[in-house]
Amino acid sequence: MEDSNKKEQSGSTHKIGIYLWIWGLLFVLSFFSYLVDWYQFQGMLRWSLILFFMFLKAGLIMAFFMHLYWERYALVNVLLWPMTAIVCFICLMIAEGKYTLFSRLFYFFVGG
Amino acid sequence: MSDPKIEGFELEKGFKGMAQDTGSDQTMFKGVHWGKAMMWIFLLSDTFVFSCFLIAYMKGRASTPEEWPNPSEVFALDAFGVPVPLLLIALMTFVLITSSGTMALAVKYGYERNRKMCGYLILATALGGLTFVGMQAYEWSKLIHEGVRPWENPFGAAQFGSFFFMITGFHGTHVSIGVIFLFIYCYKVFAGHYDEGKRGWFTKMKGDYVEVEILGLYWHFVDLVWVFIFAFFYLW
Repeated sequence: MEDSNKKEQSGSTHKIGIYLWIWGLLFVLSFFSYLVDWYQFQGMLRWSLILFFMFLKAGLIMAFFMHLYWERYALVNVLLWPMTAIVCFICLMIAEGKYTLFSRLFYFFVGG
Repeated sequence: MSDPKIEGFELEKGFKGMAQDTGSDQTMFKGVHWGKAMMWIFLLSDTFVFSCFLIAYMKGRASTPEEWPNPSEVFALDAFGVPVPLLLIALMTFVLITSSGTMALAVKYGYERNRKMCGYLILATALGGLTFVGMQAYEWSKLIHEGVRPWENPFGAAQFGSFFFMITGFHGTHVSIGVIFLFIYCYKVFAGHYDEGKRGWFTKMKGDYVEVEILGLYWHFVDLVWVFIFAFFYLW
């Protein structure tokens, strides 16, 4: 417990302002992503806006609410590099999904 | 939070510091509370579980030749006789973000040893989580009344129901478990367990406000997952 007592004194608490700012930003971003649906944007505009707001919100929560911005570099790396495996998986499944759809349509309507 | 100082050891910045931390045949994340490191590892594994669900949903939705139900119609709610798209989901999002904000402040006040503020903010977080679960229960029962089942639904592709119940159900379970722990920690903070360094269950470790931060990590993660579910399931 010695360590964590020192930790508090070493200025690890942050000003309340930064939390309130992030909080406010999250509200505004959520509101914007709701507006994407409200105005019924379609196509690429819709998807890019959804992804943009999503990543911004996720980044803010992880960086400031979960303190990853102030966290040590080793932990940040341990947490973020495995995400590349998820990205690979997503890419694989996009290709697989297209192939499944193609073969379904092909066999349903053309009949082999 | 930032690193505690260990005597005779100076962590270098950037990649060198990472190599020192991960290599050199020593304990990893020197000085980081083990509970915090373990919570991060757990959250990483949980990220993979949620990713698998969402990727399965993406693949299922991409590969069905049938029309996918339009979420902004399925999840519309009548407000004063007018159907508003995604009204309940938007409210749930705001409730969850609010509770995430109160949790972040609870962690801050915990580290400042402000027992009362920390306790009240954890209580507010727990109530926010409870509201969220309640709204989700309402959403589920509404859809079940409308005939949505894991194997069929009146709106379109049959796969919709199974993905909906699986993904939101798994997230709702996380929120419910979080709410239970928030109430327990609320009691522990008000009772002063972290000020006195009283021992918790199953551990010889003395209680400390770092446990509030560990709980906070879990709660922010639940909020984080909801950001992705909101984007991919409700907006896409």
